Amino acid sequence: MTTTTDDTQHDSHADDHHEHHIPYGITRWLYTTNHKDIGTLYLWFAFIMFLIGGAMAMVIRAELFQPGLQIVEPHFFNQMTTVHGLIMVFGAVMPAFTGLANWLIPMMIGAPDMALPRMNNWSFWILPFAFLILLSSLFLEGGGPAFGWTFYAPLSTTYSADSTALFVFAVHIMGASSIMGAINVIVTIFNMRAPGMTWMKMPLFVWTWLITAFLLIAVMPVLAGAVTMVLTDKFFGTSFFDAAGGGDPVMFQHIFWFFGHPEVYIMILPAFGIISAIIPTFARKRLFGYASMVYATASIALLSFIVWAHHMFTTGMPVAAELFFMFATMLISVPTGVKIFNWVATMWRGSMTFEVPMLFAIAFIVLFTIGGLSGLMLAIVPVDFQYHDTYFVVAHFHYVLVTGAIFSIMAAVYYWLPKWTGKMFHIGLAKWHFWCSLISVNVLFFPMHFVGLAGMPRRIPDYALQFADFNKWISIGGFAFGLSQLIFLVLLIKACKKQGEPVSAQVWEGAEGLEWEIPSPAPYHTFETPPVVK
Amino acid sequence: MSEKEYEKYYVPAESPWPFMGAVALFLMAVGAGNFVIESTRDKEGYGAYILGAGFLVLVVMLFGWFRNQIHESMSGLYSAQLGRSYRQGMSWFIFSEVMFFGAFFGALFYARFISVPWLGGASNNDMTGEVLWPAFEAIWPLVVTPGGATTEAMPWTGLPLINTFILLTSSVTCHFAHVALEQNNRGKLKLMLGLTVLLGAIFMVMQVEEYIHAYTEMNLTLQSGVYGNTFFLLTGFHGFHVTLGAIILFIMLLRVMKGHFTPDNHFAFMAASWYWHFVDVVWVILFAVVYIF
Repeated sequence: MTTTTDDTQHDSHADDHHEHHIPYGITRWLYTTNHKDIGTLYLWFAFIMFLIGGAMAMVIRAELFQPGLQIVEPHFFNQMTTVHGLIMVFGAVMPAFTGLANWLIPMMIGAPDMALPRMNNWSFWILPFAFLILLSSLFLEGGGPAFGWTFYAPLSTTYSADSTALFVFAVHIMGASSIMGAINVIVTIFNMRAPGMTWMKMPLFVWTWLITAFLLIAVMPVLAGAVTMVLTDKFFGTSFFDAAGGGDPVMFQHIFWFFGHPEVYIMILPAFGIISAIIPTFARKRLFGYASMVYATASIALLSFIVWAHHMFTTGMPVAAELFFMFATMLISVPTGVKIFNWVATMWRGSMTFEVPMLFAIAFIVLFTIGGLSGLMLAIVPVDFQYHDTYFVVAHFHYVLVTGAIFSIMAAVYYWLPKWTGKMFHIGLAKWHFWCSLISVNVLFFPMHFVGLAGMPRRIPDYALQFADFNKWISIGGFAFGLSQLIFLVLLIKACKKQGEPVSAQVWEGAEGLEWEIPSPAPYHTFETPPVVK
Repeated sequence: MSEKEYEKYYVPAESPWPFMGAVALFLMAVGAGNFVIESTRDKEGYGAYILGAGFLVLVVMLFGWFRNQIHESMSGLYSAQLGRSYRQGMSWFIFSEVMFFGAFFGALFYARFISVPWLGGASNNDMTGEVLWPAFEAIWPLVVTPGGATTEAMPWTGLPLINTFILLTSSVTCHFAHVALEQNNRGKLKLMLGLTVLLGAIFMVMQVEEYIHAYTEMNLTLQSGVYGNTFFLLTGFHGFHVTLGAIILFIMLLRVMKGHFTPDNHFAFMAASWYWHFVDVVWVILFAVVYIF
């Protein structure tokens, strides 16, 4: 094991060699083609968007702290729910996973960089511009998007502000970014694996991202089609989503959810890969059922294309369609169950220790399962008639996305951060971050199940008096969860300043894989000559 | 794959072009958004200018980026492995385009087989027709909408049929050009590639002709209900891709004139020809489901 002190001394010499030249200044970040720099950019961008989207959630929870209208106008409230959703999906979760993919995939498969490094830069830098457009549209006449992140017609066509045109083009750019990022990931994995890195030796994070990338290329263009039709319906007199011209508002929902359902798996499959890396490390056992994990991931991805209409059970589809989508949706619990089982089986009789990444990973397994089970409830057609558009749905998808996707991202950051910086993060702060987040997130989202089952509708700035007590607690949980993330911010700033104890190359005792064989911090260029994997 | 191939994967140094491309897309998105609002709402503004400025930056960026790329390729920095990366990247890009067209084909099928019949009372929708539009009759092409807009259906014979032959022929000439390049027959390459670009241009002129005919004589417009919508968006996006493909092929022709490409190093040419064949396949499907059936 090499220690980092050697490496930092090296750096000054290394500048002489062309290969080891590290660019400096602002252009290092603007013009970079280095997968590690681009990964860092993606991750910081995602975190900033997470804080901005979180601030909007705070506005929502402040308004809902008690019944009645007190802080914001209903129209502004709608803009907050809409932009909160758009930012968290397209600005926080997806870029964070892409950032992790950038940092980790080349190191995990023994590649010198991503396959198409310049396009990699392009796919990142168009993102901040897209969100600049989206956010600035909030200040335009008539306000920004206020139709929910799902932008159902006719809310987004007949009844929306003119700034919808800017929303449409911003989404086009986000889509282009995702497609380019996904092409890069797929080509890197197909073409850049080190000799001996066969398909069934690839770490699961690589496998899950490969499948995610396929989903992205398949559905982001459909989203582009959907926003284009919204644009022409709103501005050019077409009637795709207008029955008077032979179209149908429900058609919008079909097109949107054909994108939207694979999209939610895009936001969870890489999380499965992360958890499959962390659990074996801290259980000190090999992952149970590696091959079944790969097949389960692929099955989930394939099924994701035939379940979309479960978001639309109350639109009056024929009964045969409702039954088909109900059963197809329930089928998904089989491969997901395989995964949960395998993680638990990996921990079974392992030599478990509970470092911070492991804490987040275990929280993920328990809380994601809660979200999965409420999803199963929502899959049942007659039951969904009752739950549709209530806070039960909000509770469901926040359990899978916050305690699922976001917790996995945090687990990943804690797991690989020492490899990136060469220093152990502040463990005390990290534990505070974990426990505060864990408790507050449940205070925040668990009572939403109850108010939802009792009939409280989502996306409404006011509510009936009987929901007041629960909403007070939900809001308190929300503010606490928001504040807890500031601990994470402080920790990350300390980490980027390279404070903390130096770590070894392996960092974690039980960690295995190519990324743990290179020094910590990972040198600017790794695997310029590919390693041979046995 | 031999291990030797792995040793020289070319990772480019920092490059200003992608960031410039990001600025270009930013300007184009802001410009296009404002232009759409201003032109449809009769407002004054700078949308068109911002869009134009973005487009200019994009052209400069593409020129610089590709110049770098061509220079690197011709100075032998690329390996077989990098060539595979480019080919796979292009294939996945074309797949994403397939899915984009899929969204509009999906809308066409939904309108034709679900929304229009349901508006006419099919499935469990007897009352929809009775209550909302009792006089509405579900037919396709939808020449009378429930709201009462009327239009004519575009026939598949005549101009569209001729256009189909033109585009199919251009795909064949494009293939011959590729074969000629691989056999290092430069004369035939120039001829066939030139023919392809010419046929593409003729296709576009005819397409514009058809649009003028539709708008002025058939009352088939963007406003004439879901038949006109799917017709114009599918043929419109296809036409946009043909234009783009023809421009790319024209640039390839210029490069051929300058003596670029060798029988075993011509990724750019190959990508352009793949794109052209893809556009051709889309047209065949489009011709079948939009015009004939």
